[in-house]
Amino acid sequence: MSGVADDIKRHAAAWLEQHDSGDWSDEDRTQFDAWLNTSADHRVEFLRVQAAWDRSERLSVLRSADIGETASRSRMIGKKIFGVVAALAVIAAIGWGTKAYLSRENYTTYATTVGGHETLALDDRTKIELNTDTTIRVSDDAQERKVILDKGEAYFQVTHNAARPFVVLVGDSRVTDLGTKFFIRRDSTKLEIGVMEGRAGFESADQAKPTILSPGEVAVANGDSIAVKKSSQTAIKNALEWRRGVLVFENATLAQAAAELNRYNHEKLVIADSAAAKLTFGATLPTTDVNAFTEVAKEVLGLRVEKRGDAIVISR
Amino acid sequence: MEKGKDIANQERPDAGAASDVDLWFVRKVLPLEAVLVQYLHHNWRSKPDIRDLLHDIYVRVYQAAQKEFPDNTKSFVFTTARNLLITRARQENVVSIESVADLDALDVAHDEPGPERSAIARDELRRLQGALDRLAPRCREALLLRRVEGLSRSEIAQRMGIGEHTVKEYLASAMWMLADVLYGERADFRGEQ
Repeated sequence: MSGVADDIKRHAAAWLEQHDSGDWSDEDRTQFDAWLNTSADHRVEFLRVQAAWDRSERLSVLRSADIGETASRSRMIGKKIFGVVAALAVIAAIGWGTKAYLSRENYTTYATTVGGHETLALDDRTKIELNTDTTIRVSDDAQERKVILDKGEAYFQVTHNAARPFVVLVGDSRVTDLGTKFFIRRDSTKLEIGVMEGRAGFESADQAKPTILSPGEVAVANGDSIAVKKSSQTAIKNALEWRRGVLVFENATLAQAAAELNRYNHEKLVIADSAAAKLTFGATLPTTDVNAFTEVAKEVLGLRVEKRGDAIVISR
Repeated sequence: MEKGKDIANQERPDAGAASDVDLWFVRKVLPLEAVLVQYLHHNWRSKPDIRDLLHDIYVRVYQAAQKEFPDNTKSFVFTTARNLLITRARQENVVSIESVADLDALDVAHDEPGPERSAIARDELRRLQGALDRLAPRCREALLLRRVEGLSRSEIAQRMGIGEHTVKEYLASAMWMLADVLYGERADFRGEQ
């Protein structure tokens, strides 16, 4: 009769998993009750797997520490069920734990300078295009293709492989490829994800569920809010014109345009008065040629352009 | 996933509303498993029988407690174990049963709380970490995604690049492996799927 207990144990675990998954209909419940109450044989094995599983609930304090980014930790601590002190002790003592499980890999860092533009080709024909002043790290993990975007902007053309998901970590958020071309832009104040083709899952540390983005959708996350907007084909295409070395402005304010160009150039544009900053215009300008912009300011908008050291001051 | 959480946090009416006997079993009996298994290994030659013997002991003590709680759980569990071994030995005509009697060596007179009852949260977490180390890698991964990241089956499927049915299997396996490791019956599941 050897093996009977093992069978019951596996059966009990299957019931527990079904229950824990939330996929639990009235019929499941009826069947489960019948199974559980058939005999103490079933009951003791169920109690045993359930007790062990309940104990593992404590692992949830490790949530978001797994990404290995210190930034996410302060945010998680206050929320956890064990209270602040316990959670702190736990993280200090074993914070390395899931980190070791989930990120046992090494990273290679790639970076562009201000005005730079590089394309990385990975083994699987996935391409990552780095825009100006961008740093990414690429993991060598065999199970999951993982990239960390430390700063800047990148365009991802991912060769989809369900068996080896492609994930981009940005601070305590993550973007998962679901068969996709998408861009991610990380500024000091906000994070933007836009999808050209396929879909991408976006989740921040606070979210229970990822937001699934479809083509044309752009998610903007800043601090505590996430907004998803539907962009026009043109708008999203324009957002990627940096790949051709130009920036397309349509009805942009001078201030917006200057801020964009400043990402690509050491010479910084400064709009000296607020009235000038609000002027709008449309133009396609090279990313790394500030003069093209100052020409527009001077000739089209009739503004004054003055060079002061590394700054170019524009005023009326 | 939220749906699942809500259900899990309820009083589990569907799990037969944990009775006093259930609680006693989980708190007092399960922590004895490691020592009990050791005892069975010492006193029973056929290793494949151990798991079934353990199970039978559990069933017996559970049913006995439904009638009346024993004064001393540890002593009661090991007495039950010994009686079962003697019965089995007779049934199977095993001649030598002398070692079955060496209960005293186990110091069963003291009904101390199991080690994890006095453990503080941190020790428990360390123990969990140690347990995780011994699970099969894919099961461990699924478990962490469920427990640490709180993902649903479909999300785990997506993340691991496998079907939902496989996720279910991995998770269920992780659950019983975890029980085996935490309660000390088996040591290592690495490589086993």
